Amino acid sequence: MERRSLAFTIFIHACALLLAAIILAPIAWLFIMSISPAADLAAKPLRWWPQVADFSRYQQLLSTAENSAGAAFTASLRNSLEISGMATLAALALAIPAGWAVSRTPAIGWSLSMVIATYMLPPVALAVPLYMGLSHLGLLNNVFGLALVYLTILAPFTTWLMKSGFDSIPREIEAAAMIDGAGLFQTLRIITLPLAAPVMATSALFALLLAWDEFFYALLFTSDQRAKTLTVAIADLAGGRVSDYGLIATAGVLAALPPVLIGLVMQRALISGLTSGGVKG
Amino acid sequence: MSGTWMTTRAWLLMLPLLVVMVAVIGWPLVDTVGLSFTDAKLVGTGGNFVGFDNYSNMLSNSNFSRTLVTTTLFAVVSVAAEMVIGVVAALLLNQQFRGRAVLRALMILPWALPTVVNATLWRLIYNPEYGALNAALTQLHLIDAYRSWLGEPGTALAALIVADCWKNFPLVALIALAALQAVPRDITAASLVDGAGPFNRFRFVILPYLAGPLMVALVLRTIEAFKVFDIIWVMTRGGPANTTRTLSILVYQEAFSFQRAGSGASLALIVTLLVTLLAVAYAALVRKTAGSAA
Repeated sequence: MERRSLAFTIFIHACALLLAAIILAPIAWLFIMSISPAADLAAKPLRWWPQVADFSRYQQLLSTAENSAGAAFTASLRNSLEISGMATLAALALAIPAGWAVSRTPAIGWSLSMVIATYMLPPVALAVPLYMGLSHLGLLNNVFGLALVYLTILAPFTTWLMKSGFDSIPREIEAAAMIDGAGLFQTLRIITLPLAAPVMATSALFALLLAWDEFFYALLFTSDQRAKTLTVAIADLAGGRVSDYGLIATAGVLAALPPVLIGLVMQRALISGLTSGGVKG
Repeated sequence: MSGTWMTTRAWLLMLPLLVVMVAVIGWPLVDTVGLSFTDAKLVGTGGNFVGFDNYSNMLSNSNFSRTLVTTTLFAVVSVAAEMVIGVVAALLLNQQFRGRAVLRALMILPWALPTVVNATLWRLIYNPEYGALNAALTQLHLIDAYRSWLGEPGTALAALIVADCWKNFPLVALIALAALQAVPRDITAASLVDGAGPFNRFRFVILPYLAGPLMVALVLRTIEAFKVFDIIWVMTRGGPANTTRTLSILVYQEAFSFQRAGSGASLALIVTLLVTLLAVAYAALVRKTAGSAA
């Protein structure tokens, strides 16, 4: 083993502190802004720490009183939840059979490659026809319409994850069940899908994170509280004439909370999901 | 069970995915190609056929070349910085120190933060009147007067790149760290015995293990950086004086702000072609890296 000098140990710890500061400072500042009184944020020199923590903005944004800032925010929160949830369920419903089929029948693998290659398409290349199509179907500014469009992003990615998941389940197990007299769908239900449950969970979480994060299509295809998502609501706040920066920060904290919690809890699964497929190419 | 039935069954299971993909990706893409040869507006009836006029207008437009340069600059600088900082952070996280597990867990935070929230956060930090960056630099006596970091053509793109790097380098670090942990200890120990210095050890012993995963991260990050829209739209909308206008922003303006669907479509396809060429070049590079690492 390498023996480390005291100087090297100190150097490593100093670097670790620096990295921690780089990661944490902006996030901590977002939270501090959200609980600082407006006067503190406008003070010069800036007050880095509020004299009294003020949580009233959270109450303000989460209230559902008619025509308040909270009404717009909670509406977009509900839209984001509905759209991400629907798009994730739909993506999994498409990805599980397709992923299994490609995993067990490599001869059709080229079709999945084509689906995955669409990742290279910039959303702007699809935006105009999608806009016209949704408008034609009356699905502009509609949660179902946006969830459908989100499948362009979610479905290829989840199918790819499910396929690598099924790859790691030996097909011999399925063959054994079939020899014992189980039909195909019985085998899948009793043997394969339970074994694939962790991959399904990882895929679902990735899909949720992607849908929650989406901004471009939401900006184009929604116009009011009926379908506007959280990302668009926050961009509106940030770009508008809101004079209380703390309120913008509060909306940011609330929007970041679900994905950050998912990220922290599921860290291991998310990273292995990101690296495994990538390493295998 | 016969092979043909297996294949037929597989296609049947693929069918729902393929149908949806054709509906939401295939058809719109074909339609974009059709639109790109017309002078159609976003609303109203389809326009007239104009041949390659949209393409030649766009390619000869100085806005396009300027935007291409801005996009390339953004992609190259931010991805290069993310790779370097990410690998350095991974080497650090691979050392023994107190609180390592906690720091490793914290790395997921910037990645998990929604892109729009990240953009909003940095927009507040860079705020010309009340921003934390101005306050910190003034209190440290590094600047005399508050500056408009996102409002001055000289600093806006750099400020955007910093915000983008902060969000994305931790992911590179986590991928590199996972690869580092796969380096067998015997090999690093042997290289020490053989008298390899730290640089040679990194270059010849450790880097080959990192090459594959890092190439994949490099490809994905470059493609994403080339398509960038969200962070720029929220922070600067392409301003000031169009110094941060990237290709996706230009397409958005053409097709949706000016409602010129036809020329917007041609521009979108030019961007698609550029991204595809980039991906093909990278794929060749990945194959070469994989070949030499094996």
